[in-house]
Amino acid sequence: MGSDASAVERAPSPWAARSLLRRLATGDEVAHLVTLIFAASIIVITSLLVYQLWITSAPSRTEFGWKFWITRTWDPVFEHFGALPFIYGTILTSAIALIIALPLGLAAAVFLAELAPRKLSDTTAFLIDLLAAVPSVIYGLLGIFLVVPLMRTVIGPAIQRAFGFLPIFSGPNFGVGFLTAGIVLAIMVVPFIISVSREVLLTVPRDQREAALALGATRWESTWKVVVPWARTGIMGSVFLALARAVGETMAVTMVIGNSPRVAASLFAPGYTIAAVLANEFNEAFGTIYRSSLIELGLVLFLITFILNGLARLLILAAERGGGHAS
Amino acid sequence: MSRVRLIWRKSLNAFMLSLTGVAAFFVVSILFLILGCLIYKGASSLNWDFFTKLPAPVGEARGGMANAIVGSLKLLFLAALFGLPAGLIAGAYLAEFGGRTFSFIVRYTTDLLNGVPSIIMGVFVWALIVAPMKGFSTLAGGVALGIMVIPITVRSTEEFLRSVPGSLREGAMALGASKWRTIATVVLPAAKGGIITGMLLALARVAGETAPLLFTAFGNQFWSPGWKQPIASLPVMIFEYALSAYEDWHRQAWAAGLVLLGLVLLANVGTRLALSRGRAARGV
Amino acid sequence: MKKTILMVCLLLGLAVSLGADSTVLLNAAGATFPYPIYSKWFSVYHDNHPDAQINYQSIGSGGGIQQLKAGTVDFGASDMPLNDQLLGQFSFKIIQFPTVLGAVVPTYNIPGVSAELKFTPQALADIFLGKVTKWNDAEIAGSNPGVQLPANDIVVIHRSDGSGTTFVWTDYLSKVSQDWKDKVGSNTSVNWPVGLGGKGNEGVSGLVQQTPNSIGYVELIYAIQNKMGYGLVQNSAGKFIKASLASVSEAASGAAEKMKSDIRISITNAPGATTYPICSFTYLLIPEKISDAAKRDAIKNFLHWMLTDGQGMVEALNYGRLPKAVVAIEMTHLSEIQ
Repeated sequence: MGSDASAVERAPSPWAARSLLRRLATGDEVAHLVTLIFAASIIVITSLLVYQLWITSAPSRTEFGWKFWITRTWDPVFEHFGALPFIYGTILTSAIALIIALPLGLAAAVFLAELAPRKLSDTTAFLIDLLAAVPSVIYGLLGIFLVVPLMRTVIGPAIQRAFGFLPIFSGPNFGVGFLTAGIVLAIMVVPFIISVSREVLLTVPRDQREAALALGATRWESTWKVVVPWARTGIMGSVFLALARAVGETMAVTMVIGNSPRVAASLFAPGYTIAAVLANEFNEAFGTIYRSSLIELGLVLFLITFILNGLARLLILAAERGGGHAS
Repeated sequence: MSRVRLIWRKSLNAFMLSLTGVAAFFVVSILFLILGCLIYKGASSLNWDFFTKLPAPVGEARGGMANAIVGSLKLLFLAALFGLPAGLIAGAYLAEFGGRTFSFIVRYTTDLLNGVPSIIMGVFVWALIVAPMKGFSTLAGGVALGIMVIPITVRSTEEFLRSVPGSLREGAMALGASKWRTIATVVLPAAKGGIITGMLLALARVAGETAPLLFTAFGNQFWSPGWKQPIASLPVMIFEYALSAYEDWHRQAWAAGLVLLGLVLLANVGTRLALSRGRAARGV
Repeated sequence: MKKTILMVCLLLGLAVSLGADSTVLLNAAGATFPYPIYSKWFSVYHDNHPDAQINYQSIGSGGGIQQLKAGTVDFGASDMPLNDQLLGQFSFKIIQFPTVLGAVVPTYNIPGVSAELKFTPQALADIFLGKVTKWNDAEIAGSNPGVQLPANDIVVIHRSDGSGTTFVWTDYLSKVSQDWKDKVGSNTSVNWPVGLGGKGNEGVSGLVQQTPNSIGYVELIYAIQNKMGYGLVQNSAGKFIKASLASVSEAASGAAEKMKSDIRISITNAPGATTYPICSFTYLLIPEKISDAAKRDAIKNFLHWMLTDGQGMVEALNYGRLPKAVVAIEMTHLSEIQ
């Protein structure tokens, strides 16, 4: 019997109530098994990956233990390694990226899905999808040649004139740093948010909009209060995609973040992320502890993504509890 | 409703809607900026040599990236082969068959997999395939990219299958169709647009990935026979050339970026055309 | 329509899958610094010997060593010579062959200063240690009388990626400054006391060009190719030398004697009145025993060619050629490859 809870979770399924024999006869159980195997393979692959990371990071884990998470130094010569500056940088740049990309992307998606004529919307979405294919290196180069000078000469001074007294905007401004990296990341992840959100918004049934409008809502109110909440899970899904790309991004970040393993309060300060240090040092790393520490950083990133995802899902659950349609 | 409140709502409406337009315009202008940069810096290096010759050593002008273009195509082909069906079927499981907790675990794991830095993915596939095989290969590169394609495909497949209204499924059941038949012939086609978008997005993303290829496909100055030899690819060439000291290589790197984008554009256009023609043929 | 596309794809697939069978395919990986000359060598060698194909990828010295250890490449390349501890990690014996010489130069960007600055070893070490923080500090001004240096803060730029260039630079600083040796040391990647990190020579030079009052270090060939200004460094004889092919070769000429017993040698801060102090060899790492006869012969032939004809091509690409004495030593090692 399909209970109410599972009916909300899964697509509405009129087949659940049939007997086992009937299901076997029609080949549905086989289909169930086959799809289950593929779904399970994802878990298998990921577990294999984590296992491999765990094994290869053993030397540094035994050497440093829990202190690895709170140590600030990264010294390949004297073999003292600590993950704190990288954890800080990863979380900070991803947060900046999402804070910029989510409103921007969602607004653009709303425009494309609700307001723009269909042809324009399709062409624009199609062009935006192309942005996802631009290699990270190219974003990095554009970051160096365009964003960094802009930050150093125009944006940075402007912000510092207005808000320079705040600790997050204090200190010298080199052009490279957390904020620049966050901006470049935002540009890189915004196509994912727009692309998926737009598609999801397009699937919202017409009658929902029309009902709201019939009740006297303005266009904006119907969009913001009815359509967007309906598409909530899909939009959150796109945010997950964006977040995943942001924390794992290597080339573009390493070219604009300043590559200094430091924990600084100011957004203008140079910093480092886990993915960036991996990209920079992995190829040239000699020595067991050194390589092992780099792999351990990969493991740390995995754990961070795990936690961030968990937090985000809790947020969704809370939002769903508060009413609104799940799918 | 008071007049003041009405005026407020109307102005908010106008303001917010125009904001969305501004946002869309902003994003599109960034896109054109990037494209413009690529074209400006790269188009001049796009000549016949670029598409037909092998890379020449530094300082010699006669080089091209023919092997890298073919290499990227071969790798993307493998990535699609390994990753797209797996992602599609897994997504179908989550949307149509999944039990509550197991689906949750699968979804969570998929997001985790998506967030793995591409360099770690490369190291993983290196340990899995390259080290035992004692050699770099196109196959290993395809596997690495294929795994990276799965999460996005799974997410979009699930999302868009779920969005298909229940009435369609019930209609099929009423006609006596079994569950898997309904999914294959009714639900999937209905969700086709969104799913294909997801697949293309996934392929577009891995088309530009460099780090995993460095450890799996390696790179090659020459043509790569078969599937078990190292192979050149556009992102790796861009990476090497862009970070080098040579102006000629820089120009080639931009040109390669342009070609990469062009390939993705072609794939997108081709698929959309095929989709719409299919739609037109069925009179939808 | 669909059928024709399918046919075309299949044919293409077949076409690219077929390959020549009689060629010897060699794969190699390693250092980025010598990549330009290696790519030239392998290409010319292939033109002269079409049956031998050497595919070299510059994934970094550490990467080259890792892949060689795992047996996924036929030989490797490294900017850093392998010490005994590293050699011990291999399950087979390696012979190291120096191939070319390179140098690292200090490059800077000071608004209003176009002169070529002279740096003492102490000044360089103290700048990179963060002890000297302003351009008009006595340590710098002392060697540059007549140049108006501003009282601005120095922005230090270093490499963020592990590289042989960093190794050479830090090796030199460790030799000339005890402070540096104690606090930082030398490696392809170190814990820099101050400064921003740029990826690759491109990254460092880009940051230097964009950041006023900055100083960084790049490979000589890079500076020459990009027509960048760079400073003079004081060598162990007290003279300020500008890096050039001649001054770099000078540094290696005295090394041959010591290389007879151990081919790995550091030539930073080498003696001599006209030597440039920040140079080094770069090495090819060849397994002593190669079981595949065709591959073995190809590698030996290549090495022989590299030591003779190949050396004639290096200066055009701004690398220093090996001194004759060193070539002689390497020829004797060639016979050890079996």
